[in-house]
Amino acid sequence: MNEGTATRPLVDRLLAAHGWLVYLFFYAPIVVLTVFSFNDNSRVGVWTRPSLRWYGEMFRNDDIMRAIRNTLIVAAVSTVVSVVLGTAAAISMERFRFRGQRAMDGLLYLPIIIPDVTMAVMMLLFFVQAFDLLEGFTGIRLNLGLGTISLAHIAFNISYVAVVVRARLAGMDPHLTEAAADLYATPWQTFRRVTLPLIMPGVAGGALLALTLSLDDVVVTSFVTGPGSTTLPVYVFGLVRREVSPLINAVSTAMLLASILLVGVSLGFQRRSGARQGPSDEDEGDANDATTPMVGHLGRVGADAGGM
Amino acid sequence: MLALTLAACNGSSADTTLAAGEGTAPTEENGDGGSGAAPECSVDEVDGPLNFYNWSDYIDPDLITAFEEQYDVDVVETFYDSNETMIAQIQAGVVYDLIVPSDYMVAILIEEGMIAPLNKDAIPNIENVSEQFQGLYYDETFSYSVPYQWGTTGLGVNLSVLGTDFPRSWALVFDPELTASYPSGVSLLNDPRETIGAALIYLGYSLNETSEDALQEAADLIRASNVTTFDSDQYPDNLVNGEVPVSHGYSGNFFTTFAETENPDNWEYVIPEEGATLWVDNLAIPTAADHPCTAHTFINFLLDAENGAQLSEWTLYATPNAAAEELLDPEIREDPAIYPDDETFERLETIQDQGDAEILYTDYFNMARGG
Repeated sequence: MNEGTATRPLVDRLLAAHGWLVYLFFYAPIVVLTVFSFNDNSRVGVWTRPSLRWYGEMFRNDDIMRAIRNTLIVAAVSTVVSVVLGTAAAISMERFRFRGQRAMDGLLYLPIIIPDVTMAVMMLLFFVQAFDLLEGFTGIRLNLGLGTISLAHIAFNISYVAVVVRARLAGMDPHLTEAAADLYATPWQTFRRVTLPLIMPGVAGGALLALTLSLDDVVVTSFVTGPGSTTLPVYVFGLVRREVSPLINAVSTAMLLASILLVGVSLGFQRRSGARQGPSDEDEGDANDATTPMVGHLGRVGADAGGM
Repeated sequence: MLALTLAACNGSSADTTLAAGEGTAPTEENGDGGSGAAPECSVDEVDGPLNFYNWSDYIDPDLITAFEEQYDVDVVETFYDSNETMIAQIQAGVVYDLIVPSDYMVAILIEEGMIAPLNKDAIPNIENVSEQFQGLYYDETFSYSVPYQWGTTGLGVNLSVLGTDFPRSWALVFDPELTASYPSGVSLLNDPRETIGAALIYLGYSLNETSEDALQEAADLIRASNVTTFDSDQYPDNLVNGEVPVSHGYSGNFFTTFAETENPDNWEYVIPEEGATLWVDNLAIPTAADHPCTAHTFINFLLDAENGAQLSEWTLYATPNAAAEELLDPEIREDPAIYPDDETFERLETIQDQGDAEILYTDYFNMARGG
């Protein structure tokens, strides 16, 4: 009659195997791409001998270096701004009650649901009309460029940040802020010393998500771009149309390395603040792998949005 | 939920075309509209930095540097990945001085009044353009555009399988008996216009034919043939890796791939005798350009014999510049698969936009694929 306990380990092992398979599915293409970025052959997928040839070509290619610079500027600006605005939006939705909140609540998630291309055309029309109006009133002519790309990225990133931060806020005990108020903390002190540290993993997760979305957006960016402001994904997309060159492997690997570095830094930061706060961060334990938090946070977005 | 959203995003990016054209139409009045006069420019005049909107990786960076030094003027490069993205930007009123639209897109841009007539007095090198390119439907006399680079769609052949004595014809991929004799079958492009078009040419129609009887015939022809894959990305690799003996695809991609194999002589690119697709990318100046004179000077610079040769040696596509062609390596210049004689050239056809009938090609292509 110990059948139940006998099958248990088998189920566990199957689940574990399944987990590994999922990871293999995620990361095998990345490993292949990375390995082939060190290939000397000019054809993708034919191995000759290891070399740094394509990395050299990447650094010598001014167009690519300029595109990388543009991408990093847009990603940095849009991440910082959307994290601040998205966090504020999440707190206002979760902690306060005001007229029209329900409508706002629904509208906040619209940018996540709207197809990219619709968003892109809307943005383009909006910027063009707004700039025309501005020129009519002030005579100042603004042009599309890095500014409009950043604004467009901020616009869609706010929603993602808000979703992630809200999930964190919802799981936070509201009595903690009341306790802080009882101890004569001002609202700002409460936010700074109690709320923000507790929701920090959510904020960091939102920031990573925003950064990722900004780094690889093609559709919206290619519409609201202006002279001289081509970003890396747009450039690479154009490259693939003609020929899949190993140069793309090198560029992608460099971007990947940058993202992993970033995730690592933010993880270290989180873990330190987590240690200070004690046991509040129950999901810190599984964060040993530098890539886990991304997947974790994405999962949380799915869970939260699905629950609406 | 997230998965759904992502799927929606991916799916929609392919539809950029339609949304771009229609969504931005209301801002059309931003342009100067209509067929304005050609700008007043003299030879070698520059009137400010050049905002050059081009495909990714489509010009030798050394040519840009040379132009900047020779005329002491900046070139600001911006890149696009499809004609449709480009026209969306132009329609929205983003100001560029020079663009590189493909053949059918030139027709649309002229119709919409979005590109300006060229001042040929400022482009003396225009006489270098090969006469072969005069009379193309979208701009017969280079009034609005000059050809930049061009190529064809034909067949890549593995000579170690087919030998040297094989029909230089679309029969290689469409004859049911011939294709059945290759155990691994043949590869066709995963592109309704190109593949249905090739079948139409083999059947003796124009590749722009829209009658449903002809399209049905073309679809039946494709279905009867021994086709292994419909592929638009990996076809040159599939050919040189020996997976298929004959492969339908774009000239430039075959040449690049052949050159990178250990034994380039084992492969041949063939323009079938019945005719084939011709594509031409062109230089054009938007009506709203801020620095049209610099743009004219840049066009003239690229049409120079030596610069034109340097450009094509770098892109590996064919040059429409007859003077530049003279300076190319004789092995390239005399290759009839790259620079076909006038008789073959006459049989090449460009794909023209068929408006509402475009969807028919997709329908019959799906039918041919057995979908």
